[in-house]
Amino acid sequence: MSIYLTKDSKIIVQGMTGGMGSKHTTLMLDAGSNIVGGVNARKAGTTVELGGQDLPVFGSVKEAMAETGADVSVVFVPPAFTKDACIEAIDAGIGLLVVITEGVPVQDTAEVWSYLDGKQTRMIGPNCPGIITPGESLAGITPHTIAGKGPVGLVSKSGTLTYQMMYELKDFGFSTAIGIGGDPIVGTTHIDALAAFEADPETKAIVMIGEIGGDAEERAAAYIKDHVTKPVVGYVAGFTAPEGKTMGHAGAIVSGSSGTAAAKKEALEAVGVKVGKTPSETAELMRQILRG
Amino acid sequence: MDLMEFQAKELFAKHGVKTTLGVVVTTAEEARDAAEKIGPCVVKAQVKAGGRGKAGGVKLAKTPDEAFEHANAILGMQIKGLTVHRVLVTPATPPVEEYYFSFLLDRSNRQYLCIASVEGGVEIEEVAKTNPDAVKQIAIDPGVGVDEEKARAIVAEAAFPAELVDQAVAMVQALWAVFVEEDATLVEVNPLARLDGDVLEALDGKVSLDDNAEFRHEDHAAFEIKDETDPLEAKAKDKGLNYVKLDGAVGIIGNGAGLVMSTLDVVAYAGEKHGGVKPANFLDIGGGANAQVMADGLDVILGDAQVKAVFVNVFGGITACDEVANGIKGALEILGDGATKPLVVRLDGNNVDKGRAILDELAHPLVTQVDTMDGAADKAAELANA
Repeated sequence: MSIYLTKDSKIIVQGMTGGMGSKHTTLMLDAGSNIVGGVNARKAGTTVELGGQDLPVFGSVKEAMAETGADVSVVFVPPAFTKDACIEAIDAGIGLLVVITEGVPVQDTAEVWSYLDGKQTRMIGPNCPGIITPGESLAGITPHTIAGKGPVGLVSKSGTLTYQMMYELKDFGFSTAIGIGGDPIVGTTHIDALAAFEADPETKAIVMIGEIGGDAEERAAAYIKDHVTKPVVGYVAGFTAPEGKTMGHAGAIVSGSSGTAAAKKEALEAVGVKVGKTPSETAELMRQILRG
Repeated sequence: MDLMEFQAKELFAKHGVKTTLGVVVTTAEEARDAAEKIGPCVVKAQVKAGGRGKAGGVKLAKTPDEAFEHANAILGMQIKGLTVHRVLVTPATPPVEEYYFSFLLDRSNRQYLCIASVEGGVEIEEVAKTNPDAVKQIAIDPGVGVDEEKARAIVAEAAFPAELVDQAVAMVQALWAVFVEEDATLVEVNPLARLDGDVLEALDGKVSLDDNAEFRHEDHAAFEIKDETDPLEAKAKDKGLNYVKLDGAVGIIGNGAGLVMSTLDVVAYAGEKHGGVKPANFLDIGGGANAQVMADGLDVILGDAQVKAVFVNVFGGITACDEVANGIKGALEILGDGATKPLVVRLDGNNVDKGRAILDELAHPLVTQVDTMDGAADKAAELANA
């Protein structure tokens, strides 16, 4: 078991023929993902050879789903076209929409989020590394070689901290690791992932990585208190970030006294979540839990 | 990007929000000249910070000489750590009543929010505390937006005086146009003033623009004011680097925003044992760790006189550590004698053995390799405190 993504997931790639798309489609195939095709209206009907496979290119997400039974789409299209690509996939009824693209205007994401209301699509991202269920499937750009299958569920705003934490805990492995993205508005939140990990019998413990900006971590803390019985350890990045400066991720900004790392750590600790001072210390906290 | 008041008002005027632009000047003499044309005026510090009035950065001038004196006092003043380089001279139009109005991104609820109050002029947070019923919050669905009907509903909810309703509805629609057409994350008017003769006007303005939307707003680049930007940040931006200047002695280069933020924290934590040294900057080189990017990054960091040591922290995910090591090697060649400070390098992940071997072989006198992030942070803090 895992969350959101399994070996049976059939994946299409929007933007597969571009530089990022083709590179990462190859890496997803290496990870064992069942990639069934790509979407590019201008190259519909052609095939692209990636990772030793001939992958069909379809004119639309709807057509790709009808032809292949795809239920997951990974989006690599540039920021200016991301909103339209998402809406196309949502209209086609895709189950899981993983938006890797960085630099999407937040009003575009806000519109997509509004559009998702009442639809069957789950969106992850934008500006995220995507999701990996080690040994089964990868929908995104997380290196599949870092860690294998295991009992830890990981949810993180940051891509590189996802990789770092997977590396730190590679001796245990992961049920699923999900990077939810560093933008002010994202489709899947810490709370969504926590709920899914709580329900997943294979996940024994959860690592939650947050960073400055917004109140997602504080909300997650409140959720953990009431709904999560599995052990959770946390890490928060950005204690040294100055007020009013965007730290790389569009959403990583301390505004006045809100969105600070200290407040997030405090909220998590108040509900019994152990929070590490460094990624290594956080991994050690998880190790102690898993060893009982 | 946060705009200054005069820039916000330019956007207001562009979208039909009633406001008075005034004249922006950088010297007291120019302020006097402006006041001679305008008459009684207000001299307002232009900095990207709230609380300008409380800090003494907003003064009424009845005569040109008073405008000169006020501008002289305000220019060069520090407001919340920011130096005032320019003042706005604008006609003195004492409000009869002051209101508050804003549109903003409500990230917690993944929608937009309109906040309106007929008790404006002071900090809205204060009103929210002392008289919460006077502050109306109206959710806006990003998929629907604000049309005339919604604008009327907002104005009714905020309880604007009956004689101002039509003006207020037009104002709300024009401010909404600023919000959506300029890709703003905040459009705030405080005070929204009722002037003599029942005229509604934006007397002050605050706008934050979404940097991610720059690609569809080429004109926004003109809002960057060179003398307001830290010179190292400006240099980094010219080179396409994602850099934030901080106050510390350990220069930081890393890949990925989250890992770099974490690196700063780990260095500050390690610094507690080494005389309290702190990180000097945020610099995310992303996946492009080639020699030129690394050299550009090092060049910016070594241009910071406070920096005593540099910590390069890379986790090779997609990026291979041997490429990063070659990048560091190439950067040191490009910089030559310009590389003057010790470099602590921590490489891990993809192709780590090859990467470390390249730096071992290089045996550069400035480069120290440490295997773990925590250990490397400790070494960098130690060297910066030496």
